[in-house]
Parts: sequence; structure tokens; C-alpha cells
Amino acid sequence: MNRISTAIDRFGRAVLDNIEEMGKILILFLSVLMWMVRPPLKLRLIFKQMEFVGVKSIFVVVLTGTFTGMVMALQGYYGFRMFNAESLVGSTVALGMTRELGPVLTALMVTARAGSAMAAELGTMRVTEQIDALSVMAANPVKHLIVPRIIAGVVMLPALTIVSDFMGILGGYFVGVPILNINEGAFVKNITKMVDLNDIYNGLIKAAFFGLILSLIGCYKGFNTTGGAEGVGKATTEAVVLASISILISDYFLTAIMF
Amino acid sequence: MIKLVDVHKSFGRQKVLGGINLDIEDGKTTVIIGGSGGGKSVLLKHIIGLLRPDRGQVLVDGVDIASLNDRDLNEVRKKFGMLFQEAALFDSMNVMENIAFPLREHTGKKNAEIRQIVADRLKAVGLSGIEEKMPSELSGGMRKRVGLARAIALHPQIVLFDEPTTGLDPVMTEAINELIMETQRNFNLTCVVISHDVQSIFKVGHRIAMLYEGRIVEYGTAEEIHHSSNPVLRQFLSGSLEGPISVM
Repeated sequence: MNRISTAIDRFGRAVLDNIEEMGKILILFLSVLMWMVRPPLKLRLIFKQMEFVGVKSIFVVVLTGTFTGMVMALQGYYGFRMFNAESLVGSTVALGMTRELGPVLTALMVTARAGSAMAAELGTMRVTEQIDALSVMAANPVKHLIVPRIIAGVVMLPALTIVSDFMGILGGYFVGVPILNINEGAFVKNITKMVDLNDIYNGLIKAAFFGLILSLIGCYKGFNTTGGAEGVGKATTEAVVLASISILISDYFLTAIMF
Repeated sequence: MIKLVDVHKSFGRQKVLGGINLDIEDGKTTVIIGGSGGGKSVLLKHIIGLLRPDRGQVLVDGVDIASLNDRDLNEVRKKFGMLFQEAALFDSMNVMENIAFPLREHTGKKNAEIRQIVADRLKAVGLSGIEEKMPSELSGGMRKRVGLARAIALHPQIVLFDEPTTGLDPVMTEAINELIMETQRNFNLTCVVISHDVQSIFKVGHRIAMLYEGRIVEYGTAEEIHHSSNPVLRQFLSGSLEGPISVM
């Protein structure tokens, strides 16, 4: 009986802690919105973060997108060959990339690269009192540190997703047409016939949402770091895990709403 | 003038400040002493509004900063400079950008003028010509001096020092103490220093306050403190294991 009540107690605490954390993230988000519209906009900081989140992620996104498109073409080919429908490989790759894999894989890669860095950088700033130093100098830390990162996440994720979509389709093309000998005309025609502009737009909206999630969680975890170097490591891990899970779960609900 | 009136602060069940009353005199250096983990940093953070008291008032020039919103609090903070324990320089910026930060943030000064002020402040702390260095290239003592240069960049009225000599060798400790005194004199500052370095306390402090178990148990001039018979103070200054301050 005692064990059961302890287990219930722990479960209850975990639920309460999670709800409290979600509330804190929401409060941080509202504070970001408030500081975002308050002039002056720190353009130099925003561009610096956009370069870090966007430009410096291009290589991993190109690599991920290309190979995902290639493997989708390969897998699709083995399946469609059974029904003599190899020409559908192109459209399958294109739909898969634009609707799902482009935004999701890009978000997961950027979470690992930039979301973790946000948590680590802000966490280090917190434990070395650099965030307090900002406050003491009458400079709001949310405006200086978090707003630029959130803007960079929301703007650059769709841009990276466009790159990922394009490279995925290109990768699919190179595997499908020259290697697997799928008819080039049918491959391309099926893509243009089956992929609607809305598929691309909705994928980009998802990407912007994922950009918000990964940067908000990265910043939140970093900003609230306690406990020295160990705390920074913990915050970084938690940021990557929480952001990745949130991206995958929200992807389901966004898909259910959009398509 | 800074005045703390019955300031209470707890973290969870741990009571850190239990009714602090303290008047900090203008144009003088007040040193707050006390054991490690005794709430000195917490007290300092209340003075600049990084922490808000559970109860009581923190008055800066008659304004209770504990009741201000962020915008008004930032206005009050412009009167302050602060040197953090590890200097808290922004490690993504070089020395020039670190010291220029408050100037760029709060003044409309041109770049050339800012460069000149940065050079002046660096000269004041004895570190001319290191504008382009990154914080990671500086020694602990140099970082603190750059931190002080940044703290006085905006010509504040009040400068707070969080254990300025902790972790420094005796010669550098002396150099930082001299620098604090010189800066206080030259800029006519109100300084609040928290420290547990006994030698430094008497060197830099015009007024000394002893914090013990969340209260100010003794407050007076350096001379008065030196001759105080308060057992807590006597034990603290002598570094004895015998007395009211328990180690464990």
C-alpha cells in the first residue's frame, strides 16, 4: 500500500512539475513577444543568430535532405516495382519530403546543432553571471539573448526546409532516373501532378513552428540553468530531448490539422 | 543613499535574510562581511534589484526598488555599476566591446567618443592597450580590472563589488584594493563591497557591517569594528574555531 501511494505521489509530482514547466515556457514566450515589438530591434544580434542557425546549418541539412531523398527513392522503387508503378517514386519522394521529412528532419538536425548550442551558451552565461551582468547594466536579457534566437529559429527553419526539400527531391531523382532507370518524363510529371503548392506551404508553416519550439526550449533550458558545468550539460541534454520530442508530437497534430 | 529596511528573503525553507536594516552612506565605501554562504551575495543582489525581498524595502535615493516594474528598475540601475566575483565579462565580445556595451546601450555617443571613453577607463584601471583582447586571453586579475572598467563606464554613482579579491594572489589582491580605493576617490563613488578577506576589509572600508545568520549584527567605522567586543565579529576577524560561528 505504501509503495502504491509513493508511486502515485511521484507520478503526481512529475505531472505537476511538467505542467509548471510548460507554464514557465509559455510565460517566457509571452515575454519574448512583448520584447519583440519593443524598439529598438537588435538587428545585428538577429543577423548573427540567423547566420548561426541558418547559414551554418546548410551543410548538415543538404546532407540529410539528399540522403533521405535517395533512400526514399530506393525503398519506394522496391515497393512500387511490384505493381509496375515505378513512375510514382518521384511524387512519393516529393510529397514525403515537402510534407513531412523536410521540415521534421531539418528541425531535428537544427535542434541537435543550434538548439543544443543555445542551451549551452545561455546556460554558461547564466552560471558565470553574464546574464545578471546584462540585467545590472539595465539591458533586458530576454531582448538581447532570447528574442534574436527565436526570430532566427522561426525565419531560418522554413528557409532550411526549402533547401532540404529541394535536395531530397534531387537525391530521389539521381537514384530514380540514372541508377534505377525510371522514365525521366514520368518521374518529373508525377511530381508536378501530385505535389500541390499547399503541400509545400504547409510544410514550411510546420518548419516555422518547429523553429519556434527548438529555439524557445533551447533558450528556456539555458536561461534557467543552475549548478555550474554539470548544470550546463544537463540543460543542454534536456533541451535536445524535450525539443525533439515536442517536434515529433506537435508534427502529428499539425499534420492532422493541415492535411 | 541606499537604505535597507527590514529585508527578509528565503529560498524554499531556507531563510537567508531575516530582517536586514542598513544605511549605506553616500560617497563612502561600505564593506559587508560574513561567512561563506551567509547571504552576502544575496544581500548585494537585493541592492541592485536582481532579487526582490519577500518582505521589507530596498530604498535607493528614497525609491523602493523592490516595488518597481522592469522599466523603472532599469532607470534606477543606470546609477549602478557592479563588479561580479568572476567579472562576468561577455565572452563573445572583446574587451573594447565589453566596456562599450553600457555606453552603446544607454547613450547616443559616436563610435570615436566611445573608443575614447573605453581607453580612458582602461587607463584608469591600469590596462591601456588591451581593447582587442578576448576575455579568455586575460588573467583573473586582469578580468576583474576590465570588469571594473565596464562597471564605471557610464560614470555611475554607486558601484557594487562582489568579493573582488577572492581567488587572487596577495599582490594582485593589494592591487585590486588600491584600485577600488582610487576609483572610489576619483569618481566620488558610493561603494558596497562584500568580502571575507580580513586584510582587504580594513584597507578599503570606511564603514563595515557584519552579516551573521541573516542579520547585521555589527555596523560601524573600521576603527569601531576593529575594537568591537562582539563575539561573532571577534571570532570572524581572528579566524578562530572557537566561538558562536559554527563551522559545520
